[in-house]
Amino acid sequence: MSESIDIRRREFLKASAAVGGGLVLGFYIPLRGAEIAAAQQPPPAVEPNAWIRIAPDERVTILVAKAEMGQGVYTSLPMLIAEELELDWNQIRVAAAPAAPAYKHTVFGIQVTGGSTSVSSSWDQLRTVGASMREMLILAAAQQWAVAPAACQAEKGRVRHPASGREASYGSLAELASRLPVPQQVALKEPKDFKIIGQALPRLDTAEKIDGSGQFGLDVLIPDMLVAVLARSPVFGGQVKSFKAEQAGKVPGVKAVAQVPSGVVVAASDFWSALQGRKALEIVWDEGEGATLATEKLRQQYAELVKTPGTVARQEGDVAQALAGAAKTLEAVYEVPYLAHACMEPLNCVVDLREDRCEIWTGTQFQGGDQNAAAAVAGLKPEQVTINTMLLGGGFGRRANPHSDFVVEAVQVAKALKQPVKVIWTREDDMRGGHYRPLWYSRMNAGLASDGTPLAWQQRIVGQSIIAGTAFEQAMVHNGIDGTSVEGAAELPYAIPNLLVDLHSPKNVVPVQWWRSVGHSHTGFVVESFIDELAAASGTDPYLFRRRLLTAAPRHLGVLELVTKKSVWDKPAPAGRARGLAVHASFGSWVAQVAEVSVDKNGQINVHRVVCAVDCGRVVNPDTVKAQMEGGIIFGLSAALFGEITLKDGRVEQSNFHDYPVVRLDESPEIDVHIVPSSERPTGVGEPGTPPIAAAVANAVFAASGIRLRRLPMTAARVREAMKG
Amino acid sequence: MIKLNVNGKDYQLDISAEVPLLWVIRDQLQLTGTKYGCGMSLCGACTVHIDGAAARSCVTPVGEVAGRKVVTIEGLEANLRTPLQTAWAAEEVPQCGYCQPGQIMSAAALLTENPQPKDADIDAAMSGNLCRCGTYPRIRRAIQRVARLLPERSAP
Ligand code: FES
Ligand code: FES
Repeated sequence: MSESIDIRRREFLKASAAVGGGLVLGFYIPLRGAEIAAAQQPPPAVEPNAWIRIAPDERVTILVAKAEMGQGVYTSLPMLIAEELELDWNQIRVAAAPAAPAYKHTVFGIQVTGGSTSVSSSWDQLRTVGASMREMLILAAAQQWAVAPAACQAEKGRVRHPASGREASYGSLAELASRLPVPQQVALKEPKDFKIIGQALPRLDTAEKIDGSGQFGLDVLIPDMLVAVLARSPVFGGQVKSFKAEQAGKVPGVKAVAQVPSGVVVAASDFWSALQGRKALEIVWDEGEGATLATEKLRQQYAELVKTPGTVARQEGDVAQALAGAAKTLEAVYEVPYLAHACMEPLNCVVDLREDRCEIWTGTQFQGGDQNAAAAVAGLKPEQVTINTMLLGGGFGRRANPHSDFVVEAVQVAKALKQPVKVIWTREDDMRGGHYRPLWYSRMNAGLASDGTPLAWQQRIVGQSIIAGTAFEQAMVHNGIDGTSVEGAAELPYAIPNLLVDLHSPKNVVPVQWWRSVGHSHTGFVVESFIDELAAASGTDPYLFRRRLLTAAPRHLGVLELVTKKSVWDKPAPAGRARGLAVHASFGSWVAQVAEVSVDKNGQINVHRVVCAVDCGRVVNPDTVKAQMEGGIIFGLSAALFGEITLKDGRVEQSNFHDYPVVRLDESPEIDVHIVPSSERPTGVGEPGTPPIAAAVANAVFAASGIRLRRLPMTAARVREAMKG
Repeated sequence: MIKLNVNGKDYQLDISAEVPLLWVIRDQLQLTGTKYGCGMSLCGACTVHIDGAAARSCVTPVGEVAGRKVVTIEGLEANLRTPLQTAWAAEEVPQCGYCQPGQIMSAAALLTENPQPKDADIDAAMSGNLCRCGTYPRIRRAIQRVARLLPERSAP
């Protein structure tokens, strides 16, 4: 894939012209991945011409409507089309689809990449697209040869008529085929006939990612483009009161200084000049109520709130009564901090705004929302806004902003400057820019019978709602419950007769957002740690304890059995190490992990090895699944061991990777991933690897040292503290 | 005027000596394979070779490299590029890909100096290169794979 970006640009435009524009309205967002998996998908809109370009030279370009942010959609989604279209894998190139109605998400109803749904939501649609195009090519050949289409076959990019020995390449048939009507119904292959689906085919985006030619948003260069950085309020919700531009304007290379809604922009001929200009700005901020915000105060507030009943998200039986009658009760408070996504590529966005059109180049997960939002700012219709989705240097949810923050701001900047512009966020801007995974508290209560059987389980959650105040609120907040706040807790898989999950959703000015695995990023840790506490309290092996409570949850059991077998759970860990186990379902998939750790006398946790089992239904590309598990585990491990955003006097205290560390190569465990064979529909893999790991590590630390860590991150300082206590 | 040699090409740039090499490479020379990740020598995304050694271009003032040889991912010599790219592809290392040019430049410098690195050598040479996507286990395997390829290539 070393095709130059210019060719892609032309592909975008052709495709835009082909499918036209139109405002995308209406959302349908189910609450949880399990529901997505179960959702009866609407019949896919089949417009093969919007997805497939067959050139006379036999090169086939597949347009992918999902953002490639590392999760492998530029490979797995073309595989779905190629399977039915009978393509040779070497014929295929990939290009990013533009923002257009043909590409809207089949479940969410707007063009977006998220919720670990790219494969599951495209499974029927793109196979149907491929099969339809195959039938059109067969029909084109049959017409040319005046034979019955049923007497022709498609194979490896050619149509053959065995009876006469005639054959024609797709390239030679494409022109005619594209003008034929799209078949109303096509038969999809039986899984036993799959040649591509299920194979670890090489990724199509590797070459451009290892020779430096891959174009990320930050790499976009367009004529007459200025480079801009912004001075944004140091406090969330603050506004510019006044500013002096004079010194900044004198910095060589600086071309313009202007106020925009989010702050003051300094635009220059290049990034470094813009940055020097920003340093020379003098701004007086009206900081507003956010100036008094502090993590310590919030923690106190949450610690109080978690003592009072919240809104009920799930209730079975009578928890209060069961606790009163239990032979043994347990209570614990768990806590996780705000987290930044810290994508390797800091946010950026290029905008060329003209009177009658707006063209945007950026790494975005949310083309549909960004197109609408940009149009609103520019005073244009959505179809006048072109979105060029570049490669994303990581997304993890940050690049699907429900308010399109970084795109809207860049359009505002372009409007103010009246010139094409690339807005770059420095690492510090990116890390201090909010839209964090919320800080969450959970109070846990459980009661055990005298034989150790759990009788009651209560989880009370405190944390900001991610969905409130977004366009998704109506669809995703029901009876005061933001489904993403309690996901992974409300659907507790363990058979415990009395169950209560309730929720407080306090508000403050810190912007929060989905962060790889969303609510599961806290519930996976809390539920799987506390169930381990119950196992210990009942004196039962953590694996056997879970197994007993999961008899009605076969797919949880499946990954549990596989991971304990592969990690040789029944044999002791190597000397000096201990193992911890966690199992958690999210985004329709089931993942179990065993972490093998040691804790040194300084409190440093070393994670040596992680064994992971995943059941994600039918697998499209097993290597991608493994890579996503590896990546999800390491991402979760960074949060488990190091990640924490804190505020003081309204200011974010962290700024870069020295004070917001992430796992490095020498801290990265050996990871061993096993996939449960399945013929069920495919489900998510981008996020489900993340939720269990913090609990698996915490449980291993408990096994190693008897110390129960209930607050993330599990820094060496906190472990030392706990060792003393 | 600052005289630069990047990827074997000479440049004369009218630019302040303090500007970090990274931004000269990206904005002036328009070679965008070298990435920005932190600007503080914390992530390795901006790794280039200066006289054959890995260096973080985000904290290297351009004035310091006057008269020295700078190589970016685009100019990596074939004797290193080929085995590295082969191994990286065979192990399917990249996810988002953003950190990968920096990873490859660091790995190239390591393997030049030490064609048979042990695990600890890989740790030491590669731990300055962050990967948020978590491709570390595959980076390690890819480097070990190159190490297996290298002696064969230099065999008579
Ligand atoms: S950008 Fe230079 S080390 Fe991060
Ligand atoms: S591949 Fe994405 S940061 Fe390394």
